[in-house]
Amino acid sequence: MIEMLLPGLFLRYNYYMAVIIMLIGLYAMIAKGNLIKKIIGLNIFQTAIFLFYISSSDIIGGTAPILTSDPASVYVNPLPHVLILTAIVVAVSTTAVGLALVIRIYEAYGTIEEDELIAMEAKE
Amino acid sequence: MDQPSLVPVLAICIPAVAAALILIFRNHPTIREGWTILASFATLACVLSMLPLVFSGTEPYAALFPILPGLSISFRADAFALIFALTSSSLWVMNSFYSIGYLQAHHGKNLARYFFCFSVAISAALGVAFSADLLTMFICYEILTLSTYPLVVHSETEEARMAGRKYLAYLLTAGIFFLLAVLITYYLTGGTAFAPGGILTGHGSALLMTILFITFLIGFAKAAWIPLHAWLPSAMVAPTPVSALLHAVAVVKAGVFGIARIVFYVFGIDMVSALGLGLLLASIASFTIIVASMMALSQDNLKKRLAYSTISQLSYILLGVALLTPSGIIAALIHIPFHAFMKITLFFAAGAIIVMTGIENISEMKGIGRRMPITMLMFAIGAIGVCGLPPVCGIITKWYLALGAIEAGQLVFLAVILSSSILNVLYFFPIISTAFFEKPDVDTGVHEAPLFMLIPLTITGICSVLLFLFPDWPFLTLVTIAESVITGSVLP
Amino acid sequence: MIADHLPVLVVVLPLVGAFVTLLAGWADRRLCFPIAMATTVIQFCISLLILSQVMQTGPLHYNLGNWLPPWGIEYVIDQLNGFVLVVILFLCVLTCLYSHRSTPSEIDEKKIPAFYTVLLLLVTGVCGIAVTGDLFNLYVFLEISSLAAYALVALGREKRSLVSSFTYLVMGSVSACFILLGIGHLYIVTGTLNMADLARVLPPLYGSTVIQTAFIFFIIGLSIKTALFPLHLWLPDAYRYSPSAVTVLLSTVVSKIGVYALIRILFTVFTPAFIIFEIPVMEVFCWMAAAAIIGGSVLAISQTDLKRMLAYSSVSQMGYILLGIGIADSLAVTGGILHILNHAVMKGCLFMIAGSFIYSSGIRSIEDLRGIARTMPLTAAAFVIAAASMIGIPPTVGFMSKWFIALGALESGQWIFVLVILASSLLTAVYFWKVIEYMYFREPGTVCAGTVSTARDPPAGMLVPTLVLAAACILFGIFVSIPLEVIEPFVTGILGGT
Repeated sequence: MIEMLLPGLFLRYNYYMAVIIMLIGLYAMIAKGNLIKKIIGLNIFQTAIFLFYISSSDIIGGTAPILTSDPASVYVNPLPHVLILTAIVVAVSTTAVGLALVIRIYEAYGTIEEDELIAMEAKE
Repeated sequence: MDQPSLVPVLAICIPAVAAALILIFRNHPTIREGWTILASFATLACVLSMLPLVFSGTEPYAALFPILPGLSISFRADAFALIFALTSSSLWVMNSFYSIGYLQAHHGKNLARYFFCFSVAISAALGVAFSADLLTMFICYEILTLSTYPLVVHSETEEARMAGRKYLAYLLTAGIFFLLAVLITYYLTGGTAFAPGGILTGHGSALLMTILFITFLIGFAKAAWIPLHAWLPSAMVAPTPVSALLHAVAVVKAGVFGIARIVFYVFGIDMVSALGLGLLLASIASFTIIVASMMALSQDNLKKRLAYSTISQLSYILLGVALLTPSGIIAALIHIPFHAFMKITLFFAAGAIIVMTGIENISEMKGIGRRMPITMLMFAIGAIGVCGLPPVCGIITKWYLALGAIEAGQLVFLAVILSSSILNVLYFFPIISTAFFEKPDVDTGVHEAPLFMLIPLTITGICSVLLFLFPDWPFLTLVTIAESVITGSVLP
Repeated sequence: MIADHLPVLVVVLPLVGAFVTLLAGWADRRLCFPIAMATTVIQFCISLLILSQVMQTGPLHYNLGNWLPPWGIEYVIDQLNGFVLVVILFLCVLTCLYSHRSTPSEIDEKKIPAFYTVLLLLVTGVCGIAVTGDLFNLYVFLEISSLAAYALVALGREKRSLVSSFTYLVMGSVSACFILLGIGHLYIVTGTLNMADLARVLPPLYGSTVIQTAFIFFIIGLSIKTALFPLHLWLPDAYRYSPSAVTVLLSTVVSKIGVYALIRILFTVFTPAFIIFEIPVMEVFCWMAAAAIIGGSVLAISQTDLKRMLAYSSVSQMGYILLGIGIADSLAVTGGILHILNHAVMKGCLFMIAGSFIYSSGIRSIEDLRGIARTMPLTAAAFVIAAASMIGIPPTVGFMSKWFIALGALESGQWIFVLVILASSLLTAVYFWKVIEYMYFREPGTVCAGTVSTARDPPAGMLVPTLVLAAACILFGIFVSIPLEVIEPFVTGILGGT
């Protein structure tokens, strides 16, 4: 049984890694009370997806997708890179907005710990 | 035979337009009330103008734009519809005058809202009467529910608000059942237009039809059959003109009228009798007649006693429908106007007493007949009529109803009718004897109500007698035409 | 010439408009509103032109930069997104008009240029979602609109708006990540991102677990975006603490575009063949929607704050749309899509009214609204109309969509959902009638008597959009055949004839 699974496991280890990183990010978002840490968790989550995309396009022994004279050369799929470039921009903007919000929250409440925020809101 | 005509639409639009005008002139009492009076006469004229056509066998019909695929808003003024429409519109004239008199003396705030809602309610009631398909009827029925709610909570007391909540809880829930039934009917037949003889024949199993029938019955909780009656007595916190026209005539009659429509024009007599649904409806009606009459006995509040009496009388109509025989149908249809005239007289009288003395309980009405002789005389006429004694029109209903029960071979219902008559006497005659033959505890120096109230109630009282002497025009003629359409027999 | 470029114009215009607004805001703050207003009005006209073109000649295809699909990004407009585009831009125009008077009292004056800039960015995003025929492009526009929405929520003066915006941001980003993952899975298997192309290549692959996983990712992601119960937790706070105009936008434009994306992915990318026959996801969907309808209503009943109540009511109403789609019967889907328009109109009107109450009297709590109908008669009357529509009383729009969805449920034999729809009408009546009773049939409470008696109907800038929407509640109910003419060809196209 395990022998049958192992090749697949190793062949697609990049995907497993992506999922593991993703779950770490998700854990941080849920378990951490600090709003900055939540944003870091979000970033980890997003990065995992980027890795997932990029690694999917890779071909062992492939070159960069540049037009060469050799018609038999193997090149990696460029499209996911382009897509992820866009996605990175989106992620950066999200992070920027998130951090801006955290700063404003800190100015307004004097704290960025979630449990303290909830306690303050409950008091009002 | 259909004849394209916009007169039914016009009849519905006049009160609606009046409502808008009332809203515009909300700060000018005289103009505002002028619109109400004007609209009530115009509506009556409009309805009356259709009578000759209907007598000659043509039915004004108007199909407006299609609202959903295959479903138009459509109105038809057949004889059946005119019975209800004529009742409502003629009594609205009386009620408009009475309202002005009553509200000047009592509940004198938010009058613009009152007259606005009243006009909308009348418009919706006429809509229910004239609607030629289930969807149109449903729309009007829902508008009727909503427009009467502000009238119930008019006084804005906690009691009124509770009554209002109860009112909506019952009637909106019922509306949901009605909608469900309409949906199922549309799903089964692909249309909802009424047709004599029914549209559901051959469209589903007996079980489904029975469920659908019960769904419709629950949908028409406005008919106030027990156990779906509790909203009606509590709605009596409304000003008396509302109780008089809406909760004795327009709203509750819309319920029984709807049930009659469903039985005759959606299911058809043949299917209802084949499935034994007539017997089911008749049992519900009989139960309601007896139980409501008994409940009326225990009420000391006059308006509440009248409300229970209404519940019981409405089921006379249902019983007539459920008998499914020609005489039963005649009894049911003729009771719509007859009961309306008698009950509105009773309520008008009760309102006059409330305005002049502030007394609502029967036990406090000792000797009131000496102070307000005309009012109490009219009350007596109404009471005699409801009991089914001559010379008031109620006896005509009882006669046909008894005939219908015999035709149907269901003598048990004959017993129901007779025993309920006895109960009617039991709960009405103590009022009359208290009013006329007991000495008042203190001399309060009360006199008759203002003419605005006294004249309408006298007219309706006299009409109740006239309808006994000359029942043919227009109601019995209309009823005969409607009956022959429903049973498919040739006009005599 | 210009007519050929309408699909891209509808996206580019607000983008340029946002930039111009920002520049003009530096010069003079008063310039921002006219620019934003003009942009949305022109857009609305464009969307009408597009729709009429679609109705005459069938779906429009526009190749961005003349790259042929499936390589380039393609904009495709058929009846569905033509319809959605018109609906959301109609609401955008009205909201923009409404915001002119409502926002100055709710956000700092120096933030007005920022408000209109971000508002136009949001419009860019939602229009982009509506016109695009490319999955990745859809993701990008979804993020543009979401980012703008986070910023708008945070503009409120109350500090809690910041926290609710943060929560919204985290939830929204996670949902976007799920959508991105779904797109990635599809791309890995098929090598294409064009929706039409995907629909063509996918059918032989329906058995593949990767495709099914991708599908689940899409569903989860979009369910968070549309706040499908029980993933709605971000919604009530975001709606409650935003400035009034923003709440209107969120509840009408942003939530509707999420539903549109869901319909697009369910029915165009994955075809009914997949969602109905391959995996029984629609069954699950229906139950989720039913839970949303009932759950949202029950939660709404227990609210004391008007805007919060309306927010929970939104959760419930989104359930209607999703139930219609989930039943996947042609009538029910028609009803579901129709409810996109209907709910936008009704809820837009209601949130505008809630904003008007705050504007005129500062009152947010339902209890304090006692007797306000006397001093704000037109606003209160509009509330009654919109509330009647939410309950589903004919002849309002709310009744029409309920009619179709219930009929569709009957036709497909799913009785239980008919009962859910009808029962929830009653629940809706309970919480709306409570408000109506307070407004009309009670004397003002002792605490708020002063504020209530001095309250007046808001200025025309706020009143007119409110009344337009209230009138639309009735007009679209009576002339329901107009939207149906647009919706039915689409539904027939995806599900076959009725």
